[in-house]
Amino acid sequence: MAIKVKVVERPVEDVSYIRATLRGMGLTVKHLFDVNGRVTTQYPEEKSPISPRWRGTHRMLTTETGKAKCVACGLCPTVCPANCIKLVPGEDEEGNRYPLVFEIDEFRCIFCGYCQEVCPEEAIHVGRHYENSEYSREGFVYDLQRLMDQTHPVCEMWDPEDPKGQ
Amino acid sequence: MTGVHIVPALLQAIDPNNTPVSGGAFFWFTVLKMLVIFTIYMVGVAMLTLAERKISAWIQDRHGPNRVGKGWLQPAADGLKNFMKEETMPEGVNKPLFVLAPILSFLPALTAWCVIPFGAPIATRWGRVDLVVADLPVGFLFILAVSSLGVYGIVLAGWSSNNKYALLGGLRSSAQMVSYEISMGMSTIPVLLLAGNVTLNSIINQQAWGGWNVVNLTIAFFVFMVAAFAETNRLPFDLPEAESELIAGYHTEYSAMKFSLFFIAEYASMVTASALMATLFFGGWDVPFTAHDNIGPYSGWLSLLSIGIFLAKILFFLFLFMWVRWTLPRFRYDQLMSLGWKVLLPTILVYIVLIAAVMLGLSAAGIDQAEHGVMYCAILGSINVALIIILFAMLDRGRIISPAYGRMQPREIEKLRRLDRRRGAAPEVAG
Repeated sequence: MAIKVKVVERPVEDVSYIRATLRGMGLTVKHLFDVNGRVTTQYPEEKSPISPRWRGTHRMLTTETGKAKCVACGLCPTVCPANCIKLVPGEDEEGNRYPLVFEIDEFRCIFCGYCQEVCPEEAIHVGRHYENSEYSREGFVYDLQRLMDQTHPVCEMWDPEDPKGQ
Repeated sequence: MTGVHIVPALLQAIDPNNTPVSGGAFFWFTVLKMLVIFTIYMVGVAMLTLAERKISAWIQDRHGPNRVGKGWLQPAADGLKNFMKEETMPEGVNKPLFVLAPILSFLPALTAWCVIPFGAPIATRWGRVDLVVADLPVGFLFILAVSSLGVYGIVLAGWSSNNKYALLGGLRSSAQMVSYEISMGMSTIPVLLLAGNVTLNSIINQQAWGGWNVVNLTIAFFVFMVAAFAETNRLPFDLPEAESELIAGYHTEYSAMKFSLFFIAEYASMVTASALMATLFFGGWDVPFTAHDNIGPYSGWLSLLSIGIFLAKILFFLFLFMWVRWTLPRFRYDQLMSLGWKVLLPTILVYIVLIAAVMLGLSAAGIDQAEHGVMYCAILGSINVALIIILFAMLDRGRIISPAYGRMQPREIEKLRRLDRRRGAAPEVAG
């Protein structure tokens, strides 16, 4: 009971092991000396460009007086699908609302960017930044001050040249 | 042929500077040579791991290790890591063999080095110092004997691990190494025929006077090279390891420094194989196109130059090893066996007969290797070119190792069908 094997007739040039080997060796040595062809990005020193729509680490924008723009309306914790925003509203003597506690758990966040979309004051933003590493889980809970201290550019949410995302 | 050895021997006899060191000086020089060789060898092997990674990276358009001391300290970091890691001892292993196997695979490669001459002799106050740790009269046979012990380490590692993948790797390696050992040993017979001696020094001497063996015995060199690739378990013959099929093959269960020893053993046997190729076929430490380095008076600079030449030859072959590794894919097991038994062995057997016949014919025609070195070399070389063309035309048909073809000729299939028809059965034959 022999197994039937289909043998394809091919020209010698295609099936020659020696010629293919020599061609392959030529190709590899060409790449070996191709100094300008190295494609690795040397990460910590050079970073690949990220999209203007990149949604990364959050950032709270501030007014000219250095206070958070947030008015503690409560829209962002409501819309947040990951339930990672903790907001306790406060009110000063003039009746202005402000956040007493504003915390974002970056570990729970799924970076959907809804908080930025929903914010009426353009206060909370997702940012074009991704290097947030910590030694503990607690370190990923960013409080208001830390959110305000972030300096990276914020997400555009849409490409200005292609607003409809086409 | 005898003239080859008489000329330097006579010159050495009359030169008072040329008496070999003896007594206490001999002992201390040998110890010194051992220490120096061992140190350079181990450091070299460590740097080879870096070279391998760098060359693989460059071939794949990457940068390779460039963090630890610009990459140069990477071997040290790797070594340190391996020392710090945990030595695991899996359940069910055969403990004595499990510990013995890495040592056994590492030692033969290292031991083979003690008979390989690595430079022209140095004349010292105490006499002539040969740059070889032990100038054994049976030098080459010793290497063959020792290098075939390397398979023990791998087989024992595979067996004692109590792991099916390791066992498969060990089995494959024993079959592979035993098969290619034959071709390897056979391919050196023409070299011994030409040199008329098994001392490595006399083989080098013969090449210095009568042309490098790569010209004289090109096909033997190619067979030796292919067999050396198989013996060192390097791609395209790395079936014992076969990362993609057998996890890591015979050293799957090993960790830390025991694993590292296998790794060192692989590179050490690469160095040894390269040194053998350089010695047997590329004139060893012989400086090309010069004759004065083969006879006295010897000087330190000359020895240094010859060591450098030898190193350059070894490095070239090491580069070749790596270049091939990152170019060719692995052979299938049956292809490996058919290449070893059906191609290399018949080729080299026919070649031995041919070379012996040519040598007999040349000596009958009165052409002596020592007196007409260039002519002898040219005749052998042209015969080799003709043989290579014939061999290439035969191998190039692609039947033997090409995966696209079955292993049967259409003619044989027809014959089987006819036989079948005579018996009255339906023809169903593998193509």
